[in-house]
Amino acid sequence: MTAWEVFLQQLFNGLLVGSFYGLVAIGYSMVYGIIKLLNFAHADIYMSGAFCGLVLLGFLTPYIGNAWLGIVVSLLISMVAVGLLGVLIQRVAYRPMLKAPRLSILITALAVSMILYNTVMIITQGQYKPFTTGLVHESFYIGALRMTETRLVLLIAALALMLMLHLFITRTMYGKAMRAISLDRDTCQLMGINVYQIVAITFFVGSALAAAAGIMAGVYYGTVHFFMGFLIGLKAFTAAVIGGIGIIPGAMLGGLLLGLLEAFGTQIPFIGSQWRDVFSFVFLILFLIFKPNGLLGRIESERM
Amino acid sequence: MAETKQKAKTINPFGLAIEKLYDFFDNKTPRYIFMIAMTAFLIYLPLSSSRFTQEIMTNVFFYIVVCLGLNIIVGFAGLLHLGYAAFFAVGAYTTGILSSVYGVSFWLTLPVSIVAAVIAGLAIGAPTLRLRGDYLAIVTLGFGEIIRLTVRNLSITGGAMGLIGIQRPVLFGMVLNQIVHFYYMFFILAIIAIFISYRLHDSRLGRAWQYIREDEDAASAMGINVVSTRLYAFIIGSAFGALAGSVYAAKMTAISPESFMFIHSVMILLAVVLGGMGKIPGVILGAVIVTLFPELSRDIGQYRLIIFAVVLLLLMLYRPQGIWPERQGISSKL
Repeated sequence: MTAWEVFLQQLFNGLLVGSFYGLVAIGYSMVYGIIKLLNFAHADIYMSGAFCGLVLLGFLTPYIGNAWLGIVVSLLISMVAVGLLGVLIQRVAYRPMLKAPRLSILITALAVSMILYNTVMIITQGQYKPFTTGLVHESFYIGALRMTETRLVLLIAALALMLMLHLFITRTMYGKAMRAISLDRDTCQLMGINVYQIVAITFFVGSALAAAAGIMAGVYYGTVHFFMGFLIGLKAFTAAVIGGIGIIPGAMLGGLLLGLLEAFGTQIPFIGSQWRDVFSFVFLILFLIFKPNGLLGRIESERM
Repeated sequence: MAETKQKAKTINPFGLAIEKLYDFFDNKTPRYIFMIAMTAFLIYLPLSSSRFTQEIMTNVFFYIVVCLGLNIIVGFAGLLHLGYAAFFAVGAYTTGILSSVYGVSFWLTLPVSIVAAVIAGLAIGAPTLRLRGDYLAIVTLGFGEIIRLTVRNLSITGGAMGLIGIQRPVLFGMVLNQIVHFYYMFFILAIIAIFISYRLHDSRLGRAWQYIREDEDAASAMGINVVSTRLYAFIIGSAFGALAGSVYAAKMTAISPESFMFIHSVMILLAVVLGGMGKIPGVILGAVIVTLFPELSRDIGQYRLIIFAVVLLLLMLYRPQGIWPERQGISSKL
């Protein structure tokens, strides 16, 4: 392959993986913006989404017959189901802790995360599960870029979801309420906004997007695993920090950027792909040192 | 809400018994008598017990050391640390590499491993603690995974196979290679850790940690440098972990990346939270429970972690101050 082909290929890979990071990062960022919580369980919600999708696919595809239609239907049902799971977690584990010291709510988040992945681990007995979709991976060329239909659709779908979320946040009443709550929760309550309802909606949307990312990652990589959320959770957090945590366009931008950084970073001869995960962590630390507010972040004095 | 919980706690007979016990140990005389009796018993124990008991008790002491180390970070300073096993790995691998590759004496590796932990702690803590305290949680979580990947990828750490042939410590010409030697070694280490914890708790630095934990803004207004004070907690706690890791490496003589998984960090955290963050006897109790529980109930196997996670969740929801909480501080705020 020529350098140009490698460049195009890595550009596409970076954007695709980056859009998964972005979708998960949005959930971190939204929850952080609204209740200032680092939701550790978010990565496991992503994983739950992938498994929920896998189970549904197994049931639905034989009835529906069409592979793509099956994926779309399972994706939508999983998004709703996992969104509700997110709301449930929020209600049981986080809402009672909102007034407690920060350490307590971080520990509950950790506990929820462990409950989720251990449950899936026991059900799947810790095995990698093939994510069978029935899709045919035929490759074709767009210019110098080798491409499959699946990957193209995945990238478009991820970007479409991000666009829909952006419209939801900027154009609807609920989006406006979310933005208001992230600025000042107490005042919002006084203004008659049902804060708990908006927080629940935030969890629903964030979890649904994570579920979508989980299923899309399942389709892309072809296998799912109970621990698949761990690293992507970390990277999504990095993406959220890169873009400026709490800022939703920042999370999308950060995700795409991190995907590209990884794709091109692992091409540097000295850094092989086995260092990919270390590489993105180094980026997290560098960003925390030099640009802690992220690319789109406002400068503000932080109060605990 | 807070009032009703307070009431529920006073009529809870279990809670009441714990409070009584707590009051009892608040007095100096019974506490010292108990401590002397316990020390004497633990010194005597290996002389009349099986290897199995010695092994378990060594494990208990080891856990007490690491839990007290984590307690400095989580309990005293109120920072969530999710990659404690990584610092433990830093110590273990420092000792492991120096003694198996370069043939350095075990005792000389101890200061080196503390220095390594301090450097790692600074690299992670300094950029993170300038920001919100919560960032530390996820950065340490990442660091835990990164250390595991790094030792797996490097050749000097033996890769995924791990490091073998770590030399046993030699003391006055005697090679320490029996389990009973390590029993006493970890016992002494645990006593040192308990002593240092108490001294730190009552020191100026210790009071500054508690102040920051209770009210960061007020502490800052009183002239406490929040960032550097937290960084001290993080580094001192990390050094504890590294030291325990070094001795662990010498005990096992072989270490692999899988000895330092995320789950170990969680177990240590669970012990600290279970016993009562910040309270030294509570943390010791937590360490004992977490170590002994799996030994007593091996058959629950795979459900163990779920049970632990549920316990952690319920503790946070219903008894956030732990089994044996600190009298003031965390408990009064909740």
